[in-house]
Parts: sequence; C-alpha cells; structure tokens
Amino acid sequence: MYAVRLWSVRHARGLNAFYRGFERVLAALHPVWKLIGYQRLERPVAAVEQGVKGFLFDCKMCGQCILSSTGMSCPMNCPKNLRNGPCGGVRDNGHCEVYPAMKCVWVQAVAGSARLPGGPEALSKVQAAVDLRLKGKSSWLRVARERAGEPG
Amino acid sequence: MNFEDEPVPGYPLPILPGHTSPGRFERVLRAGQFAVTSELAPPDSADPEDVYRRARVFHGYVDAINATDGSGANCHMSSMAVCALLTRVGYAPIMQISCRDKNRIAIQGDILGGAAMGVCNVLCLTGDGVGAGDHPQARPVFDLDSLSLLETARTLRDEHRFLSGRKLTYSPRVLLGAAENPFAPPVLWRAQRLAKKVAAGAQFFQTQYCYDVPMLRTFMRQVEDLGLLEKIFILVGVGPLRSAKVAEWMRTHVPGLHIPDAVIKRLAGASDGAREGRNLCIELIQELREVPGVRGIHLMAYRQEESVAEIVDRSGVLGGRRPWYPGRDRAASEGTPSGGDPTTHSNRKVS
Repeated sequence: MYAVRLWSVRHARGLNAFYRGFERVLAALHPVWKLIGYQRLERPVAAVEQGVKGFLFDCKMCGQCILSSTGMSCPMNCPKNLRNGPCGGVRDNGHCEVYPAMKCVWVQAVAGSARLPGGPEALSKVQAAVDLRLKGKSSWLRVARERAGEPG
Repeated sequence: MNFEDEPVPGYPLPILPGHTSPGRFERVLRAGQFAVTSELAPPDSADPEDVYRRARVFHGYVDAINATDGSGANCHMSSMAVCALLTRVGYAPIMQISCRDKNRIAIQGDILGGAAMGVCNVLCLTGDGVGAGDHPQARPVFDLDSLSLLETARTLRDEHRFLSGRKLTYSPRVLLGAAENPFAPPVLWRAQRLAKKVAAGAQFFQTQYCYDVPMLRTFMRQVEDLGLLEKIFILVGVGPLRSAKVAEWMRTHVPGLHIPDAVIKRLAGASDGAREGRNLCIELIQELREVPGVRGIHLMAYRQEESVAEIVDRSGVLGGRRPWYPGRDRAASEGTPSGGDPTTHSNRKVS
C-alpha cells in the first residue's frame, strides 16, 4: 500500500535495525532450514515474505532484495525498474515522470538512506542487473544460505 | 583542428595512446578542445537521404552527432540504422542506447555491431517511459538500467566478454557516455549519481538542457569536490527556445526540464521570440564555456536544427576550428565553404 510504503521510508532506521536482527536469526537457524530442506521451505517462506514485505514496501518479490541499500524504498516500484538511482525525468515536486501522483521511489530512497546508520553512502554501490530467475523466490532464505557460506 | 590521419569512411583511425576509441570525438576532447555535439532527429522514413539531409545541416559545426534511440518513447528510424548510414560516409555518431526497448541480449549485440560499423561513442541511457510516447500500449523492457548498461558496455570493452562470461575475440573500442540532469530532484544527490556512473564506466556526459547557470555551477562544484572534474568530459545541454509559449509548454510537459521564470519572461517580452531564444542560447553557451570543468556543449535544437550553424558560429565556441565532415578537406582546398553531398564523397582515397 502506497501510504504504508511512505511510512516505511520515514521509519527506515527502525525497520533496518529490526531486519539486521532478523537476518542474524535467519542465518543462525541455517541448520534447522537445512534439516527441513530449503527446497521444501521455499514456497511457504516466500508467501510469508511476500505478505510482510508486500504490506510494508509494496515488495515485488524480485528475489534479490536491496532495501537496506535503498533507504527502505523498494526500487522495483520504479516504473523503469531502476536499481541504481533516479532517472532524469523526476518532476520538480519530486514525483515520478511516469506516474505523476507517485513520489519518485529514488527521491524517497535518498531521504530514507539519510536515516540509516551508513547514510546515503549505501546508494553509491553499483547494483548489478536483476536476475529474472530469482523472481518470486525468497530473499530471506537466500540470505540465510549465503551467510552460512552456501551458494545462494 | 586537423589530424594528420583524417578519417577515410569505412576505415578506423589508429587508437592514440591513452585513448579508448579510434574516434575523432575522443581525440577532440582529449586534445582539450571545446567540443560541440548535436542531435539528429531520426526520420519517420526508410529513405537514407532523409538521414543524410539532416546530417548535412551540421557540416562544419559539430564534432559528433547523437543518433537518438526512440527518444520520448516515440517510434522513428533506429539509432543503429542511423549510425550505419552515418559511419558509412565517415561521420562520428554517438550511438544512443536506451534500456526501454531491448533486453541485455539485444543490447550487447548492438554494441558489438555498432563498433564493427565504426561507431566509436555510445551513450548509455535509461530511456523515457513508454507512456510518454506514441505507443503507450507497448511493453517497457528495462532489463538493464543506465548504470548496468554502462557496466555491461565496459565489460564488453575492457574484459573482452559478454555478461555471461563468454569471451569476445575482438572487443568494441568505444568511448562510453552517460546522461545527467543536474536540475531534477534529488538535486543534492545528482553529483553522486554522476560519480556512480563514472564508477560504472562513463567517460563523458551530456546533460539535460541547462537554462539555469547558477544551478549548474553548484553541481559542477560538487563534481569537483568528488575529484572527478579532470577525469571526465562534461558537455552541457543547451538549446534555443522558439517562444515563451513553447518554453511554458516544455516545462510543464517535458519531465525533468527546468526553465526559470526569468527566461520565459525574457522571451515573452521580445518582439521576435525565436530570435531572442537563439540569442539567449548563445549567451548561455558563452557563459557555460567559462564554467570550470565544462568541456563542451550538446546543442539540441529539435525541429530547428538549421539554427545550430548560426548559434555555434555566433557564439564563437569553436574558435575558428572547423570540425570534420565528408568533403571538408576537398572543400577547403577548392576554397568553397561547403562540402556538398556526403554520399558522393564516400569513395575518397587515402591521400
């Protein structure tokens, strides 16, 4: 939901701190996930992830979440799917070129990242192009696997 | 300026030490000349003469011609085809590639193909949304964005491989460019975005239309603070406004375009709006030329391309330099001011 999405950017700091803790728990539970089987967990976890992140961020389940690098403003809501910063068409009022009623996802990202511990520095990282094969998959499980040293 | 080894259509120039492309445009930039580029509006036609006619109006006034790629999300002759026609007779096009219409497979193929045809400059763009153009029902692709496009092109060129890792036997030797809009929100982050594009491979920049020099100065100072001014070539976008009415329409309808009220007021007060628009453009160019770090201008005169010659001439930015065009040297030796039809000079011998 649009209003919730804007709220999430305003509360980027708290959400980011919460996620950091959550990620540690996810990673710590790697043996459990492995025992149950990542394959078997994929669908139910992805469904929960979609529910939670869909509500908070209008998450599009790209499967390669970079919210912590974009001030908790989901870049997949940009109609041009820009993952590296705003386009040149942002309106004077900071709204989107394509959807004039929507605030530019990247203007939001700059504001949100200023609230994060690292500041807007995180936005400077060049993000690789989206891997479409991961669409619909759980980022959480992928992070848990990767942090345990297994291939994502 | 003249090079000892002026281009022969179809034959690449040698790559000079420290250069990434065999192109004339890079040579002009690296020689420290104030560069002038312009934009060729691709025709709604399959007639090559329509392209050559549009290129001829720039003869002797521009160092490179941008071939736009469905700009404004409108359908025209492809940028690839315009470049094919232009390189055939020796012009130095800047091939624009937009991420809107093609995925990474098509784009990488185009970069290789473009370089093979003699394209030495590629401008990596995100592209306008399909809703802005004449086919709003089309599927927007945006598989890459301008940053990942830059990285892709640089990977092809410097790592001699596709994104997949598959090796190239000969890499595309191209100068990589990007766009920047110092006048659109988030204004304070725009210089950072430029830095990010430099990190991804951008070597030159062409900016959105500039009608606000103080704002540009602020931006340039930020770029300087990031230590980038000496590493890149920034060409500032300029263009003549035809009237106050057109200017007003443009600033409400062209996203990301910033025109201060004072500009509109000045045009409205003039008896000949178009002439005042050109005067204003010339003054802007002269002012921009003095801004530290501005290495050239990108003169966009949509639907008034014939005014480019007058504006460049009167602004004096070329300082007596006459950029190459097909037949220039022959014209010079015969003492005639213009070079004639480029298509008739395409078989010029090496001299």
